Amino acid sequence: MKEITAIIRPDKLEVVKEALQEIQCNGITVTEVKGRGRQLGITESYRGRDYKVDLLPKTRLEIIVNDEDLENVIDTIVKTAQTGDIGDGKIFVSAVEEVVRIRTGERGEKAV
Amino acid sequence: MDAVLNSGDTAWMLISTALVMLMTIPGVALFYGGLTKKENVLNTIFLSFIAFAITSIIWVIYGYPLAFGTDVMGLIGNPMNILMNGIDVNALAPLAPTIPLLVYVAFQMTFAAITVALISGAVVERMKFSSWMVFVPAWITLVYIPISHWVWGGGWLAQLGALDFAGGTVVHLNAGIAALALVLLLGKRKDIRLLPHNLGYSVIGAALLWFGWFGFNAGSALSAGGLAGSAFLATNTATAAALISWVIIDIVKTGKPTVLGAITGAVAGLVAITPAAGFVTITGAIIIGLLVSVFCYFAISTVKARFGYDDALDVFGVHAVGGAWGALATGIFAAPFINSLGTGALYGNPGQILTQIIAILSVAAYTFIMTIIIAKVIDMTMGLRVEDKEEIEGLDTHLHEESGYRI
Repeated sequence: MKEITAIIRPDKLEVVKEALQEIQCNGITVTEVKGRGRQLGITESYRGRDYKVDLLPKTRLEIIVNDEDLENVIDTIVKTAQTGDIGDGKIFVSAVEEVVRIRTGERGEKAV
Repeated sequence: MDAVLNSGDTAWMLISTALVMLMTIPGVALFYGGLTKKENVLNTIFLSFIAFAITSIIWVIYGYPLAFGTDVMGLIGNPMNILMNGIDVNALAPLAPTIPLLVYVAFQMTFAAITVALISGAVVERMKFSSWMVFVPAWITLVYIPISHWVWGGGWLAQLGALDFAGGTVVHLNAGIAALALVLLLGKRKDIRLLPHNLGYSVIGAALLWFGWFGFNAGSALSAGGLAGSAFLATNTATAAALISWVIIDIVKTGKPTVLGAITGAVAGLVAITPAAGFVTITGAIIIGLLVSVFCYFAISTVKARFGYDDALDVFGVHAVGGAWGALATGIFAAPFINSLGTGALYGNPGQILTQIIAILSVAAYTFIMTIIIAKVIDMTMGLRVEDKEEIEGLDTHLHEESGYRI
């Protein structure tokens, strides 16, 4: 089992969510976050002076998947969240040792 | 002008008074409120509201008589009519003999209120609210009232022939210089960036200022006639020209036009045309408007950066610089066929420029020195500035136990 943490543009949330639903990936947790990437944010200009805005609003998705679904989910997020411009975000994958469904007490892949 | 009540004039002056009131709250309040950080939005708006309230009371107790009472040695008015006692409701205004005196009192009260509210833009995000509540009455009494007497109430600058139709020196230069003096004592904010938390507020505020300014400038004709119409059109023309010119400067300097630049240009245009509105032709208004953005842009982007004073929302850069330019331009462009009271250098009276310069320098010097004294006394007794923790976490929660947003 793997955890996918995807940092995406807030305006891409709807299309990513719909695309994930189409491949039967329903369980997601969404958080509104702020952050920056390699380019250190953007520059805004007010009354002739430039100001660096280095923390931009982003959306973080947390998704737990079984190993065989991992690539499909990653591909779907990349395809739908991509614009090609700086600031599209990143995806991190990490191993998950155990999953427990609280309602039934089921464990492991059945509980994902 | 016959001293006979004219209901048309009176109706226009009542409307103008309400329009100028709209400039302070919500005009200035929203314009400034949108430009600050979201943790300070309520405090910023509150500075304008409390300034309007305090000035309203002072003006009817002793402000009007001291500013517009019978001249005493060119310096101050004779303080009869305290609390408006002795003024019959049907009495006509000596300086506007077709409208009731009490309407004139109310009209002038709104000018005093907006002048002090304008200063607040420089000190936002770090001044104690309690100190502001002491500063407002002290400054109105010791600075605004004498200067409005000198220029409008028959004082020494009026006797010298200084022209100020609606407040280039009395309102804008005065507020801008006071703002500079105050921030020099107050010091820089910990975070001096101008990152507006809600530019939409500022756009609404600027639009209300533009709208209300027709009462400010066309109302200063003190009658509903041709001069009011001329001042109205000159005001709109200069403002439009200044907005366009700021947008062009933005494009040339940074490649992109900005909304904040456009509304700043509009306000600068309104400021600059204020002293000239009832004296100049449309050509004069266009030139005044086109050039004011150049001067103010330079002051804000270059002079402020060079000297490092923290005039948070550019009150000095827009109001002192724009007001001084407008006052000087009045001396150049005043046309006697628009208003027989003013003849500028272009129409054969170069001496008017000198008179305007004397008015600009004397008002600036008096305001600067008196504001420093008032602020220094407040600083030594109750302190001007909030605690570091309060500044960092925001004035709304610390000074008012409120928050502008709960979303």
